[in-house]
Amino acid sequence: MTRALLGVELAYWQSTLVRVLAGLVAVLLLTGGVVYLYLFKFVSFMQSRLGPMEAGPYGSLQLLAEVGKWLQKEDIHTEDSDRTIFGLAPAVVLSSTFLMFVVIPAGPDLVIANLGTGIYYVLAVSSLSVLGILMAGWASANKYALMGALRAGGQLIAYELPMVLAVLGVVIAAGSLNLQDIVLAQSNGAIFGFTGIGNPFILTQFVAFAVFMIAVQAELTQTPFDMPIAESELVAGYQVEYSGIRFLVYFISEFATAVAFAAVASTLFLGGWALPASWGLSDGVMNVVGPIMIATKAVLLVGVVFWTRFSFPRFREDQLQRLAWKVLIPIALANILLTAVFKVAF
Amino acid sequence: MTAVTDRQKLQYIAARAADARVNVELETEGMTLNIGPQHPATHGTLRIVARLDGEQVIAAEPIAGYMHRGYEKITEVRTYAQVTTVVNRIDWLGSFANEVPFILAAERLMGVEAPPRATWIRTILFEMSRIANLILFLGDMGVQLGAITPVFFAFRDREFVLDQIERVTGGRFHPNFDRIGGLKDDLPKGWLEDTKRVMDKVRTFCDEIDDLLMGSEVFQERTRGIGVIPPDVAMQYGLSGANARASGIDWDLRRDNCIGLAYPEVDWKVWTHPDGDSFARFWVRLQEVREAASIIDQLADGVPSGPIMAKVPRIIKVPAGEAWISTENPLGEMGYYVVSQGDLTPFRLKIRSASFNNVSITPWLLRGVYVPDIVTILASLYFILGDIDR
Repeated sequence: MTRALLGVELAYWQSTLVRVLAGLVAVLLLTGGVVYLYLFKFVSFMQSRLGPMEAGPYGSLQLLAEVGKWLQKEDIHTEDSDRTIFGLAPAVVLSSTFLMFVVIPAGPDLVIANLGTGIYYVLAVSSLSVLGILMAGWASANKYALMGALRAGGQLIAYELPMVLAVLGVVIAAGSLNLQDIVLAQSNGAIFGFTGIGNPFILTQFVAFAVFMIAVQAELTQTPFDMPIAESELVAGYQVEYSGIRFLVYFISEFATAVAFAAVASTLFLGGWALPASWGLSDGVMNVVGPIMIATKAVLLVGVVFWTRFSFPRFREDQLQRLAWKVLIPIALANILLTAVFKVAF
Repeated sequence: MTAVTDRQKLQYIAARAADARVNVELETEGMTLNIGPQHPATHGTLRIVARLDGEQVIAAEPIAGYMHRGYEKITEVRTYAQVTTVVNRIDWLGSFANEVPFILAAERLMGVEAPPRATWIRTILFEMSRIANLILFLGDMGVQLGAITPVFFAFRDREFVLDQIERVTGGRFHPNFDRIGGLKDDLPKGWLEDTKRVMDKVRTFCDEIDDLLMGSEVFQERTRGIGVIPPDVAMQYGLSGANARASGIDWDLRRDNCIGLAYPEVDWKVWTHPDGDSFARFWVRLQEVREAASIIDQLADGVPSGPIMAKVPRIIKVPAGEAWISTENPLGEMGYYVVSQGDLTPFRLKIRSASFNNVSITPWLLRGVYVPDIVTILASLYFILGDIDR
């Protein structure tokens, strides 16, 4: 059985290998870039300091130094910890992250698997990380870790709902769950007959976009929703007993998930990889321009996430639940209703 | 001896927690959470043993003493000139303010009075150490609530204040500059003008904090109505300083019992807040930093000329007697009770530091709050560990 990849006939295993490797490289490069850009430099400038300056030109190799440090560290676990689950937990969290990237399209042909129910799949696998976090909290045999994990469980499940409801607005507008179809719907769209910029859903679904980004902030457990790892109360929450390579895995998954959610958000609301169809670019050109387009949009959205993270104090657990159930979910439901009405009316 | 009682205390708390079926309907059990001594929220080595039902605190007990350095005993074998070096380390963020009440007490015993110029400069440095101390509180409160940016602004702008203190005293943190009868040195040239420029920066910092932190809805959600101390309870627990003023107690030693400092010469205001919650404590301290900047500005305009030292013998022997002087330090009322028997060293020195009393209210205050509010309340009570344990 052969499959075509960018016009080249490859055996199934070859094509799968190419897809997986390309996906891994793209994700890790983007994640590393985001860490350097935002965690090292952007936040430093916000806080009137320079950030890393010594490792490489302008501190650009700092991340390699950090990774090297983590890799060398001793693998420590508490005496009472459940070793197997303790070791598995970071892997579960990381796999949830990488599975999200599977369906995010980066060009007309550049998608690892073009599932018909793409967005449904993304939301499903993204909530797998709750499992990993609960495993970590329980297996660490640490009260802080347990409290952090339970907070994370409550929070991630609560914010899953506004996120799904926000996405539903887009799904109704595009008429498809497939991410490629959603991208094409935006690129082929028109604003009152004007096709010059397509019809990115952020223009019509801005309410859904706001709800989605707030929910993303909470799903990523970034401030102001970082109760699960609140460093001033729970020290580091469910990550408290992790060090060395296992902590590195959590670190990668935190930032890779930020990139993943930002990529999903730019696919759903900002037009994804596509330029407006009226510009008449061929698929071959878009396979080159597309990845740059979506990477740029995703990195900018991650910037918004981190800007918020470094500006705000954090909510308390009950305030955070109140925001989800009493504010975001009603808003998202109203948005679905309005979208459906407009869809039928026009 | 201490270790045994400590262990017994822990066992007692643990047993109570295990026995307690805290929520009968849901059949939940209590959990004892040990916060500290090594914990980011205690910024030092305070330990809090909290008994929890879920995230709610049933009982909490602060355990101090992990940083006890025995200053009251050490000072019995230090000459009067050496004592200031030691007491500098009590509240290490506003060190100069620690020296002043001791020196004032010793001066009272000796019957010496510092010349007016020394008094004014003392007051300026006293208020500068208040700013250096409280600026860090304003930033740290943000960190405890999860906003990490304000604390970097705090460290940045505190440096200007510390630079000014260093220029005149030679030490950033531990000036050891106050002497019985006056000050060690006069001011460097141009120092007063530079200080006024630094005060402008402090005011800008206060405005930044006002916008960035205090104006944030999340901050207000987290602090308003959290850890409310009614005025009568505040008095019963002996709270002082901004903690008492945030409960509406209009009491400030700088105004009400000003000894040997130049506060009556300037026009300033004591800020109080009626609410008594964490937000009020933050607000009062923010206003105090602004007020201190204005006090320094006014003092810098009118520093009198004259000598910097009164006539004191080279070898200081304090006549027998007892004296108690307390001043309004950054953390609250700080006092020294000096007992002298006419020797080179104090016979006994009793130190009343504000944080010890301020923290003693935590068992009353933490009952029934949620775990995140423990951090809010501890941060807003604002203690320095050196000031608790001495």
